[in-house]
Amino acid sequence: MNVTRRQFLKVTAAGLGSSSLALLGFSPQPALAEIRNFKLARTTETRNTCPYCSVSCGLLIYSLGDKSKNARAEIVHIEGDPDNPVNRGTLCPKGAGLLDMIHSASRLRHPEVREAGSSEWKRITWDDAFTRIAKHLKADRDANFIKTNADGATVNRWNTTGFLASSTASNEAGYLTHKVLRGLGVVTLDTQARI
Amino acid sequence: MTNHWVDIKNADLILVMGGNAAEAHPCGFKWVVEAKAHRKAKLVVVDPRFTRSAAVSDFYAPIRAGSDIAFLGGVIRYLLANDKIHHEYVKAFTNAAFLIDEGFQFEDGLFSGYDAAKRKYDTATWQYQLDGQGFVKIDETLQSPNCVFQIMKRHYARYTPEVVSQVTGTPQADFLKICELIAETAAPDRTMTICYALGWTQHTVGSQNIRTMAMIQLLLGNLGMAGGGINALRGHANVQGITDQCLYSEVLPGYLSAPADADKTREEYLAKRTPKPLRPNQMNFPQNFPKWHTSLMKAWYGSAATAENGFCYDWLPKKDAAYDVLALFERMHQGKMNGFVCQGFNPLASAPHKAKVAAALAKLKFLVVIDPLATETAEFWKNYGEFNPADPAAIQTEVFRLPSTCFAEQDGSFTNSGRVIQWHWKAADGPGEAMSDLDIMAGLFARLRALYAQDGGAFPDPVLGLAWPYRIPRQPHPEEVAMEINGKALADVTDPKDPSKVLAKAGEQLAGFAQLRDDGSTASGNWIYCGMWSQAGNLTARRDPADLSGLGQTPNWGFAWPANRRILYNRASCDLAGKPWDASRAVIKWDGAKWGGNDIPDMRPDAKPEEGVMPFIMNPEGVARLFAPERMVDGPLPEHYEPFETPLDGNPMHPNNPQAVSNPAARIYPGDLESFAKARDFPYVATTYRLVEHFHFWTKHALLNAITQPQQFVEIGEELAREKGIANGDRVRVRSTRGQIVAVAVVTKRLRALEVDGRKIHTVGMPIHWGFRGVTHPGYLTNTLTPFVGDANSQTPEFKAFLVNIEKA
Repeated sequence: MNVTRRQFLKVTAAGLGSSSLALLGFSPQPALAEIRNFKLARTTETRNTCPYCSVSCGLLIYSLGDKSKNARAEIVHIEGDPDNPVNRGTLCPKGAGLLDMIHSASRLRHPEVREAGSSEWKRITWDDAFTRIAKHLKADRDANFIKTNADGATVNRWNTTGFLASSTASNEAGYLTHKVLRGLGVVTLDTQARI
Repeated sequence: MTNHWVDIKNADLILVMGGNAAEAHPCGFKWVVEAKAHRKAKLVVVDPRFTRSAAVSDFYAPIRAGSDIAFLGGVIRYLLANDKIHHEYVKAFTNAAFLIDEGFQFEDGLFSGYDAAKRKYDTATWQYQLDGQGFVKIDETLQSPNCVFQIMKRHYARYTPEVVSQVTGTPQADFLKICELIAETAAPDRTMTICYALGWTQHTVGSQNIRTMAMIQLLLGNLGMAGGGINALRGHANVQGITDQCLYSEVLPGYLSAPADADKTREEYLAKRTPKPLRPNQMNFPQNFPKWHTSLMKAWYGSAATAENGFCYDWLPKKDAAYDVLALFERMHQGKMNGFVCQGFNPLASAPHKAKVAAALAKLKFLVVIDPLATETAEFWKNYGEFNPADPAAIQTEVFRLPSTCFAEQDGSFTNSGRVIQWHWKAADGPGEAMSDLDIMAGLFARLRALYAQDGGAFPDPVLGLAWPYRIPRQPHPEEVAMEINGKALADVTDPKDPSKVLAKAGEQLAGFAQLRDDGSTASGNWIYCGMWSQAGNLTARRDPADLSGLGQTPNWGFAWPANRRILYNRASCDLAGKPWDASRAVIKWDGAKWGGNDIPDMRPDAKPEEGVMPFIMNPEGVARLFAPERMVDGPLPEHYEPFETPLDGNPMHPNNPQAVSNPAARIYPGDLESFAKARDFPYVATTYRLVEHFHFWTKHALLNAITQPQQFVEIGEELAREKGIANGDRVRVRSTRGQIVAVAVVTKRLRALEVDGRKIHTVGMPIHWGFRGVTHPGYLTNTLTPFVGDANSQTPEFKAFLVNIEKA
């Protein structure tokens, strides 16, 4: 015998105690199975690291979707990784708000430019952004690149464009950034780590 | 950290000074609590403010901001005067017995060799005395007046408890109590750990603050020990990693000193950086510098780098001046810069003297901001009323704002404060069109390279020749880059002792930096990370929490640089015969044939104890430096100098020498010295700090954090509040010579007035987390107030001690 949740509630509301259900000759199994599912059961778990302080706590990030090619994952929950030997599943008041940082209204969504003297942002494409910035960089480099110093020694430096690097970029992003910058001859380079 | 987070549990005494781990690193602080609960360890906190770390301490003492060297110098004096040092350790593992040049002097606050006009020292008289073979002369008896031990003893004899209290405001009894607790760890089987952070670095004597503590740890024999070490609790989750990748002008990845104008050829460059041993039989590990550097050049310039062209040495830019963040903004302010890129960095908020930074940015032709969030820097030109009174029409800088993904939206590795590199995985795409930092850099570079290929331009060779072996050039995969950082064999790498033995075949990932070569047969983007991705795969992705040692070493969780070593200098955890000082916390030991145990030995594995190979292998002398003949520009021994904005009339340690008031070797830009405040106009010491609910200028964009600490405030003590007629909750105006902010006053018992040099000193506490963007109430950037001056060695700005005035708004 099948019974829907609604029917089941009707029956029980009619005054039958649960111990009497068996007397009715059916098992309440399917009905009881409709208790609320643990919401994380349908999510994908990903191991990550809290980006805030240098304790670098282990995280478990739960996102909707199975990460298949055309499914767009959405992060719905974050907690401490209980296996991580340092934080052992805990997060502090900073890390407890990570979900709100990821979904912050302040997140930037597309490239923008503020033209000289303007008081507004204007949306542009990545293609425009890369092209315009690359032209600026090249023009400044070509105009101010120093091949040799006053003594005639080869120095190959460019010091009229500067770069400040992030302490929350990954090692890989940081390394590649360094490689590109020295490749261009940049010496005006520093990082958050100094401050 | 020389040690790591979990290792704090092995300490007998934990000193928290120059930091506030309970609030700034809460989940790491649990290991302090663990040590207290399970080892009966004691926690001592020294801080101007009674912090939450102090609230759970066994003993707390207040100190005036900016006087840490006076306090710690007093500890050194106490240890020496009361003979509370670890004699065998000090004699064998430090340069205590080394002889220093007879011309060395310290007089009236200045070391020998000072040039007042240049604000620089000539270090010629700070050097070791060498014998005919180039080895340092030593005096085993430690009695020579020119040996480091005696010089140090004389230097710190002035730091009596009376003087300490006079300078720091710490009551003498409190100071002595802490000395006693620290002195107990001179016993070979007792250790102290020190947890510090920006509270020590953000001073014009920042590096020397830390050096003073390192000296104390050496005198006590606590370096290299489980539960010991010098532990910098660093800022961001990957600030250690970015420091290791060396995104700053003076070094290349792996702390390889970058070439300067004077290094005209590769040979000269390498020779200067490849030291000779200063004592017999020492490892002198930096002798391998050419291997590390050549492997880096092969990683960067690939097949273009050949022995014939000096591995493209000429392609590397040569440095002619300082380009740190202060120097950079100074240059920008002087109109010497045209372009500027900020990647995940908000300097308008985090660099000193906001008005100067904003004026500098306004002189640029173009500014590019790459960030996941809308930062203040990207909108320095926009008018936000009193919080940012800019006039957009008057600012001609073209500003680009590029959206980047955040940690949750990308694969990659972060290195924690304990040097453990941990891989993380992408959980979702970023919002809208956001791109990863990697893809943004690759995208920009691809565009530039195409322009140079098409049109030519200034010195296009390195732009066109940069090795770019990634499968999708515009989207290098983090795994490809991690493998490049580790490095690989370009030809078969053989064992130098047995050339028939191949250690790594051509094309294979290298197992560690011992396999690097200086002949171009290996490539490695960062020698200290070599081993993170060997033939065994990505070791940073390992997630085995097993801790068989019980010390918390977890050797198969991630990968710690260097060589998966969890405790640096661990050879020093054993006596000269190779027996652990404390068998119950043995890190490594000599087993009769080799070094081994609960960590990767920081020592040649087959170095017999009788060979006398000392533990500090990165120094050519093999021992640690109580006295630093090189590397410190402001003195071989730490000395107390006042902050550049001091509440006193001078330096109480050198009242008659105006040159020795503040750090004589700190860099001052023209005009800045005059702009520093005098105590008669700005009588109160201000110090900036962080709250447990917020992280820098980031969490003000996160609703939960904004709800818990929504509004800007400053803290003042009850006595100052009474004097100024300020009640809890009043709005107050805080002014410095550089600007003013308005905030709510929190009147507290946490900050008390201190008796310093015969006068009463009040402190104004300033949490930093607000700004004109985010979901908190808008606030002022606290760096509106801070001075534009940095540590003499590191140029870290002096945010922890400056002068303000305060009144009801």
